[in-house]
Amino acid sequence: MSADFAFETKGLTKHYGNIFALNGVSIKADRGKIFGLLGPNGAGKTTLIRILATLLEPDKGSAKVLGVNVVDLPGEVRNNIGLAGQFAAVDEYLTGEENLYMTSRLYHLGAKEAKTRTKEILEKLHLTDAAKRTVRTYSGGMRRRLDVGACLVGRPKVLFLDEPTTGLDPRTRIDLWNIIRELVQDGTSILLTTQYLEEADELADTIAVLDRGKIIAEGTSKQLKARLGGDVIEFEILKDSDQDRAQKAIATIAKKPPSYDEASKIFTVPVGGEGSKSLVEIVRALDKAGVAPHALSLHQPSLDDVFLSLTGSKASDVAEASKATRRGDKS
Amino acid sequence: MNTLTGRIYLQLADTWAITRRNLLRYIRLPQLVFFSSIQPIIFLTLFNFVFGGALGNAGAALHGKYINYLLPGIIVQVTLFGGLQTGIGLARDINSGILDRFRSLPMSRSAVLAGRTVADTLRNVVVIAIMLGYGYLLGFRFSNGIGNAVGMIAILLLFGFAFSWFSAFIGLSVKDEETAQLAGFVMVFPLTFASAAFVPPASMARWLQHFANNQPVTFAANAARDLALGLPSNGAIWKTLLSTIIILVIFVPLSVYYYRRRA
Repeated sequence: MSADFAFETKGLTKHYGNIFALNGVSIKADRGKIFGLLGPNGAGKTTLIRILATLLEPDKGSAKVLGVNVVDLPGEVRNNIGLAGQFAAVDEYLTGEENLYMTSRLYHLGAKEAKTRTKEILEKLHLTDAAKRTVRTYSGGMRRRLDVGACLVGRPKVLFLDEPTTGLDPRTRIDLWNIIRELVQDGTSILLTTQYLEEADELADTIAVLDRGKIIAEGTSKQLKARLGGDVIEFEILKDSDQDRAQKAIATIAKKPPSYDEASKIFTVPVGGEGSKSLVEIVRALDKAGVAPHALSLHQPSLDDVFLSLTGSKASDVAEASKATRRGDKS
Repeated sequence: MNTLTGRIYLQLADTWAITRRNLLRYIRLPQLVFFSSIQPIIFLTLFNFVFGGALGNAGAALHGKYINYLLPGIIVQVTLFGGLQTGIGLARDINSGILDRFRSLPMSRSAVLAGRTVADTLRNVVVIAIMLGYGYLLGFRFSNGIGNAVGMIAILLLFGFAFSWFSAFIGLSVKDEETAQLAGFVMVFPLTFASAAFVPPASMARWLQHFANNQPVTFAANAARDLALGLPSNGAIWKTLLSTIIILVIFVPLSVYYYRRRA
């Protein structure tokens, strides 16, 4: 098989009644990389994953995994993929070990190999100590790790991770990020959906932004941020009389004209891609000008900013508006 | 593994892996088997002592003691309730997301359903054993030889297995645990009460008799009595086997189709 892409879709469309969950989605993902799919709830991320994982047939368009069409040869696709959905799809009443062993057997590993593989995965995901406990006793993070583990037993070449870190505490999230990075080092191709720009930024080589079933932007994290005007530095001045001096001091550092809010005395300074460097420069310039800034902070653009800039509406509004889509998704 | 034997082997291996999972659940949740036996035990007790007095003297049709008539009928009901677990369990699996996991694996499409129905049938073995033990305490006796006694258990397990597939279809189409449970109860109660499971249909309203005399639960109850007690049943054994085959022929492909399409 000489497929160039880990997965690709062409004009992929799926609707529930009048509502389009996907409306002509075309993406291509390189092998051995992480492709991040960013979007709010109801944007169509899960529908796209379900189609690629052979769980759902598209109404129009085509989807291939490693060059194999998911509708024509779903069995062959399933040999090469692993899926970890939004819910930890493991059996609560089985132990961690039993869950992995069962999945190994369902990937058609022999009894002996299934045992070895189960052990390997438990070690890899730091679950060896909890192996003999029923999943009921696991924390949320442990369940999610086990769930990711279950989709690894078959050594899939392409991994679909649907919001793997949603609802996890920050430490557990970073643990999972590290696991995902290790997987890519082993040569696995990954499709990762997320609601957090930070996460896509941290992990993904390419990011596509999905909004109401359409891809509205695609590129590396750097490219996307550049489109947004990059990082933003905010600081508050203590006296109105400092305004002019501050304005002059930062003029050359700002990549776009800074704005000033008189009521809160806050300057907002777009600084492009190199936030930390600009932060130091701004502190120096203000110091030189004799302005003491208050509450100085560096902001990276959030998903809200992406949506604001790309669609003109806030991500949270989109999520509200598309709740109906999700309801349709379940029926 | 493209040969036929290879495919059959994988199908069986997948089915066993799923059966094992469901049996482990039952072992971890012995309460479930306990309470699903308690209900028919209460039924058996109440029916035997409430209706038994009134029906006990009804003559040869009841083969002397009402318990002999009642127990095979109650066991039919028990196997149907056991079968209902299939649909309820599958609806739960849909909502927990584990069915999506199974559907994304390179495993047999029918194994998830087969593994479930086989596990629920094995669970019925345990529940039937409990019912028989309790029935013996209340005075039930097999009186048609050990071979036929085993035959009775076998035919009822087979009937329950077929009902499990019907229940799978319900569970996969309603996709909700509670709805699956309600839908099951709504069907099992009329099917068992408007049948020869508890009382002979001869005493029922005429219009109801037509239904009661010609539906699978009556066939199964009479077939069980035929095998257990040697009561002539007018071909109920064959009618039960035929009903079982018809149910399987309709609902195995239909359930697998629903599972494939979208669980």
